[in-house]
Amino acid sequence: MKDIKQIKHLFARAGFGMRFEDLRKYKNTSIHKAVKELFENSDNDDPIAVVTQPVDDMMLAKADADTKKKFFQMEREQEKNLNIGWITKMSTTDAILREKMTLFWSNHFSCRDGKAVYIQQLNNIQRANALGNFRTLLIQVSQSPAMLLFLNNQQNHKGHPNENFARELMELFTIGRGNYTEQDVKESARAFTGWGFDKDGTFKMRPFLHDTGVKTFMGKTGNFQGEDIIDIILSKKQTAHFISTKLYKYLVNETPDNTHINAMTDVLFNANYEIKPLLEFVFTADWFYDDKNTGNLIKSPVDFIVGLNRQFYVTYQKPDVLLLFQRALGQELFYPPNVAGWPGGRNWIDSSSLMYRLKIASTVLDQGLIDFTGKTDPEDEAFLATVRNQQHVVNTHVQADPDWDKFFSDIPKDMSKVEIAQFLLEPPLNGTVQNTVNEDNDLKIMVVELVSTPEYQLY
Amino acid sequence: MRRRDFIRTTALVSGAFMVPAFLKPLEAMAMSGLTGYKNLVIIQLSGGNDGLNTIVPYCNDIYFQKRNTIAIKETDVIPLDDMQAFNPNLSALKEIYDQGYMSIINSVGYPNPDRSHFRSMDIWQTASDSNQFLTNGWIGRYLDANCQNIKNPYTAIEVDDTLSLAMKGAKMKAIAVQDPYKLFQTTREPFFKDLVHSQNSEHLNEDNLGYLYKTMIETYSSADYIQNTSKTYKTSAVYPATQFANQLKTVSKFINSGLQTRVYYVSLSGFDTHVGQQGQQGRQLKIYGDAVAAFIKDLKQTNKLDDTLVMTFSEFGRRVEQNASNGTDHGTANNIMLYGGKLKKAGIYNPPPDLSTLDNGDLKYQIDFRDVYATVLDKWLNVDNSLVLNKNFAGLQFI
Repeated sequence: MKDIKQIKHLFARAGFGMRFEDLRKYKNTSIHKAVKELFENSDNDDPIAVVTQPVDDMMLAKADADTKKKFFQMEREQEKNLNIGWITKMSTTDAILREKMTLFWSNHFSCRDGKAVYIQQLNNIQRANALGNFRTLLIQVSQSPAMLLFLNNQQNHKGHPNENFARELMELFTIGRGNYTEQDVKESARAFTGWGFDKDGTFKMRPFLHDTGVKTFMGKTGNFQGEDIIDIILSKKQTAHFISTKLYKYLVNETPDNTHINAMTDVLFNANYEIKPLLEFVFTADWFYDDKNTGNLIKSPVDFIVGLNRQFYVTYQKPDVLLLFQRALGQELFYPPNVAGWPGGRNWIDSSSLMYRLKIASTVLDQGLIDFTGKTDPEDEAFLATVRNQQHVVNTHVQADPDWDKFFSDIPKDMSKVEIAQFLLEPPLNGTVQNTVNEDNDLKIMVVELVSTPEYQLY
Repeated sequence: MRRRDFIRTTALVSGAFMVPAFLKPLEAMAMSGLTGYKNLVIIQLSGGNDGLNTIVPYCNDIYFQKRNTIAIKETDVIPLDDMQAFNPNLSALKEIYDQGYMSIINSVGYPNPDRSHFRSMDIWQTASDSNQFLTNGWIGRYLDANCQNIKNPYTAIEVDDTLSLAMKGAKMKAIAVQDPYKLFQTTREPFFKDLVHSQNSEHLNEDNLGYLYKTMIETYSSADYIQNTSKTYKTSAVYPATQFANQLKTVSKFINSGLQTRVYYVSLSGFDTHVGQQGQQGRQLKIYGDAVAAFIKDLKQTNKLDDTLVMTFSEFGRRVEQNASNGTDHGTANNIMLYGGKLKKAGIYNPPPDLSTLDNGDLKYQIDFRDVYATVLDKWLNVDNSLVLNKNFAGLQFI
């Protein structure tokens, strides 16, 4: 079992936490074999197919109040189902690394526009390419209707370039601030003119809207198309560095370590932006398992909720409560604060969000009530304005069913209470938690208490 | 019994924790210099309130032409001067206005306006440029700028379940309190009490675990302070029976009981009126106007109005021309409504919006919202606005 601490760390960072079930499977496995299996288990890239029919908004402008109200309701229903669909997938899948990386890419390529069917399509692109090639991922994301709409490329026309996409492409998606000029933004925006999609949501290059003139971009001159611009950006090693830094902060430590990040940059760049070799490099690096890199990241709300669901095999009689949790904790999937995504880290924690975290675990595991009104998301205002009574239900029964039998039966018989506690929490047990553990005679109570600690918020 | 209590506790409320005495220096420091303590109350109207149907340009033909079914009739409005008038649902505010406790700033916005709710709200809450992404809010940065003197989350309170981005700084964050009693009650949670009670300073490191425990302890301290300071105060003023009015009543209770809080934040939603605007906006404006009027009268009664400045904003105004469903779509510049006993220029601060010179069908902004913030920061909260807004804004003369 000497590697178990390391494998637990691997499951925490490359997935959503290790379960006792996994402990049984992996207790005699080497790190290298465990990493290999993580990838094998993530071969499956089944898309989410919750939203099947786009809501038809063609007639919306002329619709009467009732039709509009129905439209907003249907749209909300679809968005809700998509959200719950993804949370459920993350909570139940064996392809944990793929979902963890899909979560990373969905925040890297932050988007919150368009219809649910487009958002689902974008999410599936991020899933299909989560462990694939960054160039392919970038191009497919950039050409998806959701992103074309969100960053106004659909309105980027010859003679009237819209620079929104070109700017965010460089600032947030690839190379980062300080590595391009305003002129580069202007010139590259011209290269993306004409990018759009048809009524079926398929990418279309519309030649009549495309600026075929000569562009000068990052020191190169030519009759560039959008793809050429992307290739020029990717030819700069700084892009590999930018992506590596962001991944390092997501998987390893919020404080960048240049030596490690430079090594990652080399791997990514030399592998022509293949993501898998980079991840393998990180997960098998000695430094990944250093003490200073374990138990020190604050779980995102989604990591927290999904981790809890997985550890206790929770099913929800009313899955809507999952949305309530996300709102209370400050991360609603598909509703990032802006195109830069959630900033993460300590930004997740304030007095109220911490309190909700400490209490949600016990409401899920012990049939509690959640008392939360919360703010409406700005995007829901249009819907709200059509509903007279805006008071939400204040007390909601969580109605969740953890599978305690399975949870307990998977705990190895020879494990002591202290060992069980140390397995559930990533940071080392301090004296107080040790005392709590020693005083508790009921294992279930002990477990509920452990997942209600500040320590449980870290991984 | 104690531990069983914990897992059987069913109500999940915002709350806090017990801490040992040696970790409780905060309350001891409070309670000095209460007089002359200035409060800022920020009211956010979410969804993009239609400023033109709130402060109506009732003598402007263009207004009636562009809004042939949803314009507020000249016979219905409540005139403020010979150009602008209240929506009739704001009738309760007329008395406040006449007494010189209200000021209206027209055409407030920012360059390259964004018509997306969440992006524009983000811009207003973080006080960023429209192409800039900041991860903390302007009130949060105000707390940061004063963090030598300000150590308590309750220096800024949002009367809500969750904390808005506006209230989160890089180092300091405000606290969200919907109900001080509920918040306090959870400090009696035995398990959390145990957990925090036996903490010692080893946890208060600079690492993330230290940060989590620090947040717990501050939450405890603040919950205790807020409840114990405010519990004896009984509001005698009558407020309307709406949730929004209740939130303002809570703010009044906090102010009147002498909480050392400088900023309060309250939101009212339901202003995204794409459809059937008149009814919907009218209802919301009535909720707003009645509650604010009660609040201002209450503060006047308790002699706190001179120490209070209220600022109402929305993330954007709406298009000048109505849409085909008797509603309006997302627009740009909007008015800001201010209240207080110490307004330098009561009434209408600047000329009404120019409906004849539009930018793509939208109002052009005349005043950057950050000049409004700068004024509040410099002259009300006494902090150099460039420390908070990242560059210096000249500011205005309304206080």
